[in-house]
Amino acid sequence: MENTAPGVRIHEAPRPIFPFPSRHFLSITDLDPPSAKALLDLAEGFVSLNRERAKKLDLLKGRTLINLFFEPSTRTQSSFELAGKRLGADVVNMSPRASSVTKGETLIDTAATLNAMQPDILVIRHEASGAASLLSQKVTCSVVNAGDGRHEHPSQAMLDALSMRRAFGRVDGLTVAICGDILHSRVARSNVALLTMLGARVRLVGPPTLMPVGVERWGLEVRHDLEEGVAGADVVMMLRLQTERMQGTFVPSSREYFHLWGLDRAKLAGASPRVRVMHPGPMNRGVEIDSDVADDPEISLIQDQVEMGVAVRMAILASLAARLDNR
Amino acid sequence: MSVRPIAFVGARLVDPQSGYDGPGALVTEKGRIGEMIRGEGAPDLADDFRIVDCGGALLCPGIVDLRVKTGEPGAEPKETLESAARAAAAGGVTTIVVQPDTDPVIDDPSVVDFILRRARDIGLVHVYPAGAATKGLGGRAMAEIGLMREAGCVYVTDADRPIVDSRLMRRLLAYAGGLGVLVAHRPADPWLMDGASATEGEFAARLGLPAAPAAAEAIMLERDIALVALTGASLLVDQVSAAGALESLARAKAGGLPILATASINHLSFNELDIGDYRTFCKLIPPLRAEEDRLALVEALASGLVDIVVSAHAPAPPEEKRLPFEEAAPGSVGLETLLAALLTLHHERQVPLGRLIAAVTLAPALAIGLEAGKLARGAPADLVLADIETPRIVDAAALTSRSRNSAFDGRRLQGAVRMTLVDGRVVHEAA
Repeated sequence: MENTAPGVRIHEAPRPIFPFPSRHFLSITDLDPPSAKALLDLAEGFVSLNRERAKKLDLLKGRTLINLFFEPSTRTQSSFELAGKRLGADVVNMSPRASSVTKGETLIDTAATLNAMQPDILVIRHEASGAASLLSQKVTCSVVNAGDGRHEHPSQAMLDALSMRRAFGRVDGLTVAICGDILHSRVARSNVALLTMLGARVRLVGPPTLMPVGVERWGLEVRHDLEEGVAGADVVMMLRLQTERMQGTFVPSSREYFHLWGLDRAKLAGASPRVRVMHPGPMNRGVEIDSDVADDPEISLIQDQVEMGVAVRMAILASLAARLDNR
Repeated sequence: MSVRPIAFVGARLVDPQSGYDGPGALVTEKGRIGEMIRGEGAPDLADDFRIVDCGGALLCPGIVDLRVKTGEPGAEPKETLESAARAAAAGGVTTIVVQPDTDPVIDDPSVVDFILRRARDIGLVHVYPAGAATKGLGGRAMAEIGLMREAGCVYVTDADRPIVDSRLMRRLLAYAGGLGVLVAHRPADPWLMDGASATEGEFAARLGLPAAPAAAEAIMLERDIALVALTGASLLVDQVSAAGALESLARAKAGGLPILATASINHLSFNELDIGDYRTFCKLIPPLRAEEDRLALVEALASGLVDIVVSAHAPAPPEEKRLPFEEAAPGSVGLETLLAALLTLHHERQVPLGRLIAAVTLAPALAIGLEAGKLARGAPADLVLADIETPRIVDAAALTSRSRNSAFDGRRLQGAVRMTLVDGRVVHEAA
C-alpha cells in the first residue's frame, strides 16, 4: 500500500451521508448549499481513494450506467466511465452519430430504447440546451446532465469548486474571474450558479459580443477588459472560444482575441499573488491561454481539475444511487 | 346538419358593426340573418323554427381567422383541411384563411382552385387560401398574384418567411396594391433572427437558448412602413408582438398610412416565461416576448392600434415537437381555443367585449372584403353562440385538431362555444 492521505484509512470507504436531493442531476439548481457541500466532502474522500492502488468500491455493484454522448468528448466521458467503474457499476458508452436531420428523433428514440434495457443512471451530453431535461421526462432511470448545449454542465462546476476548495481551503469569499466566451458556455452558467451559492464573488470578463444579453442583471461584476477583470482575483478561469457554436462573427480574429483577451503572464500580473488559473479544457493554446501560464504547476490547476473530475462524478453517482436505494 | 331556420331568443347580442351589445333575439332565414330584435321582444315565429333559448349567452358573428396552417396539401398527417375545418367549427370559427406554405406552395391558380374545391367538398366552414407573395416562397420573384386573385385567393403573404429584398417588397406592394390585393408581411430582420429560437433577454440567456432581440421586428417594420409611404399601397402587418414595433406602428397609423396589423392570440396570452422548462409547445414564430411586450400588445388591441387577432393555428405532430427546444418545430394549434382565450382576456384585463369580438370578426372580414362579421338583416348567418363565463382547463389531448400541440394545454380559460352556424347550418353544437 502506498502513501495514504493522513486520516483516511482504506477500509473506511467514503459513503454518501444523504441521498441526492432530486432524482436527476440536470442543473446546479437541483442542489441546495448543504447538499453541494456534502457532495464536495464526499468527493474529497474519493480523491484519496483514487490515489490508492485498490480504487474499486461496490457502492454501485449491480447498477448499470450508460454514457450517452451525442457530442464528442474525451475527458468528461472517460471521467464518468472511470467514476462508474470505480464504484462497481457496469458502464456502457454510446456515441450516436448526430446527423443534422435526425438528431432529435435519435435522442428520444434512443432514450426509449435504452430505457427499456433498465439502466439505473443515464449520463447524457447533447448539443441542444434542455436536451437532458427532455430526456429525463421520458425515462424511468436517473439522468445526469454532462453538458446540454449552452445551458449547463453541473458536474464541471462541482469539480471546479472542489479544485478551488482544495487549493484555497474554502470557496466562500474567493474572487473568481470567469473569462472569455461566456455566451456559448454552459460551464460558465453552472459555475456562476454554484460559486455564488457557495459564497464566492464571481466576475465575468470578455468582449461584449460574447456576453449573454441581460448579464448585468445576474448580480455579478461584468468587465470587458481582461487586466481589469483579473485584478485582485484569486481564481482566473479561462473558457474555450467555442467556434463550433458560433453563428456569424463574434471577434475579428484569433490573434486579435489573444492579444486582448488571451491570458498570459503579463496580464496576470495584477491578480492576487496566490492566483490559480483554471480551464475546463480542451484548451486552444495561443487563443485564450498562453502555454507558459497553462503549464506552470505553481499557478495552473488544470491537471487537478481533471483529477477532481473523477472524484466529483463518483460522489454524484454514489449519491444518486443512494437515492435509488431509498425508492 | 340542419337547414331548419333557427330562432335564438334571450341572447346577449354583440354586433361589431353597429356597436350594439345587449339583449335580443335573432332568426336565421335561408342561410342569412333574418329578423333581429334588440331588447326584450320576441320574434313572431312559424312552426318549423328551431327555438334556441340562449339564457343570456353571447351571440355574435362567427370568427374570421386570417392565419391558419393545415398540412394539406403535402403534410396531411399534421392536419387536413377537413380536420382544420372541424377544429374551426368547434372553436366558433366560421371562416379560415389557409397559409400558402404547403407542399406544393400555393403560388399558382391551380393550387388555389384545389383548396377551394376541397373546401366545397368538406362543406363545414368557409375556407379561403392566401396566395404566396413570391414564387415558391423564395423571396426572389413575384408570384402570379393577379391570376391567383381571380382563382379566389384573398391576400398574399410569404407566411413565416420574411421578404428580405427591399426592391422586391416595394414592387410587390405596388403591383398587388394596383390589383387591390392586400399584402401581408411578418416583420423580422432575417440576420438578427438567424438561428434564434427565443427572444433575447435574461430568461433565454439562463436557459442557454440562441436568441434574437425583439428589435428585429421593429427594424423590418420600419422598412415596410417606409415602403408603404413610398407606394401608397396597403399592408397587413402579420403578428406584431414587440412593444418597440407597436411604437412604429402607432406613428405610421397616426401619419395616415394604409396599414392594418394583426396579433396572435398566443402573444396576447403568453410571455417568454411560459417556455418554462423548454416547453416546445411555446416555441412560436415570432418567439414569445417579455411580459411588458405582452401588456403593450393587449393595450394596443384595446385601443385599436392592433386591428385583428388571429389564431396563428400551426399544427405540428409529436415527432416535430418532442425534441430539444432549439430543434423543435415552431407553432401552436389555436382554432379551438381562440374564442375562449379572447374571453379570458376580457375577464382578466377588462378589454371591452365588443372590441375583442370586432378584432376577430368585422375587422378581418373587411380587410379581405368579405360580407361576414356583422349581425344585420341579410348578412350571412355565420354565427357563434358562446357561454362567456364557463371555466375550463384546456386538455390538448381532447382537441379536434389532428395535431395537439397547444400552447394552451393545461391553461385555465373562461368561455365555451355552444353552437356554431355557417350559412345558417349548425356545424358544431356542444353536447
